[in-house]
Amino acid sequence: MINADLNRRDFLQKATTATVAVATGVVLYQTGGTANAATRADATKRWGLLIDTNGCDAGCDACVGACKDENGWEGSGNPTTDPSWIRKVNLKDKRTGATKSLPVMCQHCENPPCVDVCPTTASFKRPDGIVLVDRHACIGCRYCIMACPYGARSFVHEPTKNQKPHMPRGMGTVESCTLCTHRIDEGRLPACVEACSTKGNAVMTFGDLNDKNSDISTQLAKHVTQRLRDDLGLEPGVLYGGL
Amino acid sequence: MSKATSFSTIKGDGPNYITLLVGLGTLILMGLGAAYYMEHNGHHVTGMNNQIVWGVPHVFAIFLIVAASGALNVASIASVFGRTEYKPLARMSGLLALTLLAGGLTVLLLDLGRPDRLIIAMTMYNFKSIFAWNIILYSGFFVIVGLYLWTMMQRSMVKYTKMAGLAAFIWRLVLTSGTGSIFGFLVARQGYDATIMAPMFIIMSFSFGLAVFLLVVMSTCNGTGRELGDETLYRLKNLLGVFVAAVMYFVTVKHLGNLYAAEHSGVEQFILFKGGIITTLFWGGQILVGGILPLILLYGSGTGKSRSAIATAAVLVILGGFAQIYVIIIGGQAYPLEIFPGYDVTGGAFFDGKVGEYTPTLAEFLLGFGGVGVTFMLTAVALKFLPFFPDSLASGEESSD
Amino acid sequence: MLHRFAFIGLMVAVLFGTLSSSYAQESSVPVPHPAKALKGEQCVEPAADMRRFHMQYLEHQRDDTMRLGIRGNKYSLRGCVECHATPDEKADGALTVRGFCKECHSYAAVTIDCFSCHTGKAEKQP
Repeated sequence: MINADLNRRDFLQKATTATVAVATGVVLYQTGGTANAATRADATKRWGLLIDTNGCDAGCDACVGACKDENGWEGSGNPTTDPSWIRKVNLKDKRTGATKSLPVMCQHCENPPCVDVCPTTASFKRPDGIVLVDRHACIGCRYCIMACPYGARSFVHEPTKNQKPHMPRGMGTVESCTLCTHRIDEGRLPACVEACSTKGNAVMTFGDLNDKNSDISTQLAKHVTQRLRDDLGLEPGVLYGGL
Repeated sequence: MSKATSFSTIKGDGPNYITLLVGLGTLILMGLGAAYYMEHNGHHVTGMNNQIVWGVPHVFAIFLIVAASGALNVASIASVFGRTEYKPLARMSGLLALTLLAGGLTVLLLDLGRPDRLIIAMTMYNFKSIFAWNIILYSGFFVIVGLYLWTMMQRSMVKYTKMAGLAAFIWRLVLTSGTGSIFGFLVARQGYDATIMAPMFIIMSFSFGLAVFLLVVMSTCNGTGRELGDETLYRLKNLLGVFVAAVMYFVTVKHLGNLYAAEHSGVEQFILFKGGIITTLFWGGQILVGGILPLILLYGSGTGKSRSAIATAAVLVILGGFAQIYVIIIGGQAYPLEIFPGYDVTGGAFFDGKVGEYTPTLAEFLLGFGGVGVTFMLTAVALKFLPFFPDSLASGEESSD
Repeated sequence: MLHRFAFIGLMVAVLFGTLSSSYAQESSVPVPHPAKALKGEQCVEPAADMRRFHMQYLEHQRDDTMRLGIRGNKYSLRGCVECHATPDEKADGALTVRGFCKECHSYAAVTIDCFSCHTGKAEKQP
């Protein structure tokens, strides 16, 4: 029990001890290493997604539903301000009338404009190429939303509730697809990819673009694919087949 | 050489002055209230949304920040270009530059999603971000213009005025280039992505800043019974006319250039013809009210010498300036992102291919006017405590030191 | 450098100490008694150590996890929540860490920002 009736002399002594202890603590915490780390984002990897739009059905939104459930961003019914981490877009070729459907989420660019423009370094790219928002540092300026060519990010307009333990979300910060880092770090597939293969049309492939033998790389070697707004030179990690 | 200009504080004890302070204080309180309301409930209570992420608060903030660097012009003309006839107004010019910037930054800060994290904005810098650069440029502006004012107001420092003035002049050019580049560097959006934004913002700052300055000088003279000579007034209003014309020139070049590139014809069609309120604000606000009418008033044979016409012209330039910044900020975001060239978007959950909707709310305007309140409150109080304003601006009086 | 920080720290401590000790004498603010963890016997560090340094442990590991994907280290906020959650009236009796944190934090008048984003609810509810 702490004695609330400290006199000033006692207090001075204790304060001095505390200050020294804190100063020591700073050193301790700097050397407190991470050597026993269980997992770590691997800089030799470059995670990517391949989406075969030929098989993607306009009526299916299994990926979107799975993402909402996994990450807890179900909106409150205000379409203009509700969060959007992944969305389905339906397209019609202007000249031929042919139609397409495809999911759009954060494209996890190699040269992400959101990271370039972020004033506080809250937008950043992990060593394995995943682009994230560090909500601890996000001040909610929304400049990254202005800079993103894909409309991939949204701002949390309303108070959050029922967040998932692995996915903190807070009002006044910006958010977007994390490629399910929490699952990838456990060796699991992103929720959208898993849902696409079980409930959807199995058109999404996740894997390491740097590994020539990975499933995604062998498919990419076989078929012509496209990156959205490739003219901007951002080198997205999400590729679309049949577009 | 005529006799040296004398400066003095304003009395600031009459009922008009008190009323002014109470009015400005009310504006500030309402602005703070609006900010609290927005932060407490979340931004969904504003008109801003995921398509239009920057709204009316940013229009106010950018206007005030742009006008801030423009307000410094009169001082620069005096110290950098050696035109002594502008010298009596140099202190006021520096002061207004500081207070306008303070007002603009207040709005910008209070609109953040997490304004409580100001400390993060000040300690974690991403040096690649033009936005972070602006934070440095704004802070530096306060320091440099503060020093500049010091060299003007302390007799022993006067020998450094020219040097400080030059530094402030260069800094303000860089600052406004930075503000323009916040938009100019956004390659993703058809409405921005133009390096001409940087020089265009500089010339906009000349025009908006001078219009605000002119009005403040006229009303201060009015309120304190100090004389404002025709010569000084006409000099300023002619300068304003040149700046207004220059803004129109830049706007023409920007839009012609965009029309030439087929890639940008969509966004130009949108701004110039099909954008609804954006198109109305462009032609009616920016071009007519902010350009053509002020030019007629400033140079017209019947109106060019009328004080009320000159004041009206300055007000119109400010209104047109707000319209112009609204068109740039909101118009640039409302035009949909071109993610899928060659395709029509027939369905999308996130308004893909659709023009962004934006209906500003009262709270956003109140926050913006709160920033205006901050600017003029600081100005009014500063005038009472330090001698910024010359005793007379009557014709024929020049500074000599 | 360290001396200077220690000196500043001391000055601040003296200032606040003077204020708070005189205040405490008059009103004797109740000293906090955070509830014992429902789970486990021993925290990841001795209790005294945790009291003093938990914020640094958490912040350090937070950056590692967020930025580098390092997971599985011992100082995790989830760990705090899972062990220290107690029945919370404000959450209809669900187990949350609110009461545990609030006990000392309101005493020390330190606002915590963790739970504006993280959930304070334990994953396993009774």
